[in-house]
Amino acid sequence: MALILAPGALAALHEHARRGYPHEVVGILAGRRDEGRVSRSVPLGNERADRPEDRYQVSGLTLLRAEEALAAEGLEVVGYYHSHPDHPARWSDYDRDHALPNMSYLITAVQGGTIVDTRSWRLREDRSAMDEESIQPTE
Amino acid sequence: MSVSIRIPTALRPYTDGCAAVDVDADTAGAALDALTTAHPRLATHLRGPDGRLRSFVNVYRNDEDIRSLEREATPVKSGDTLVIVPSIAGGA
Repeated sequence: MALILAPGALAALHEHARRGYPHEVVGILAGRRDEGRVSRSVPLGNERADRPEDRYQVSGLTLLRAEEALAAEGLEVVGYYHSHPDHPARWSDYDRDHALPNMSYLITAVQGGTIVDTRSWRLREDRSAMDEESIQPTE
Repeated sequence: MSVSIRIPTALRPYTDGCAAVDVDADTAGAALDALTTAHPRLATHLRGPDGRLRSFVNVYRNDEDIRSLEREATPVKSGDTLVIVPSIAGGA
């Protein structure tokens, strides 16, 4: 299934990734899970202060609170986004090892402060790899 | 003793869409084992090949992280709720 992404949500996460460069940024893709449709991207803080240039982390309780706030607006968590500063928009083994199933993982590559590529991935059920899904812009 | 386990959104496809599953157990670890026995597709996402809970899997007994209690040996009693709260992590 393709990830259907509202242009405003994509623009906002790209701006987040540019502003955060050379550190990784992270956030939630919010919308409708059954349709794979993202209407909003929600920036979160990267808690990996020790090596923010190539790692991100968000605690479970922070995520739970964000998910509850979105639910109050009728929005669900469709997936998560993060940036790869000066690195391709492809999943790493570290991404795969920490990924949740049934979620979209959008990665945006930032080269020297410029967005150069954005791709979305989903974890295989056996956790052996992540498979690319197409991104479809929508209104 | 019946303990309710809250299932996060990402894992509900493996519990037939259920947001909570009741199990009989007297420790947090036994409750998680009962959960994965009833819903085997959950197992690989909760525990690594070494059998330990994956680093991004946090488990709360009511409001307390079991890591600050007795980890998987944390006692649970009827009426308690175990909440599985995943964190997210990754990087290039």
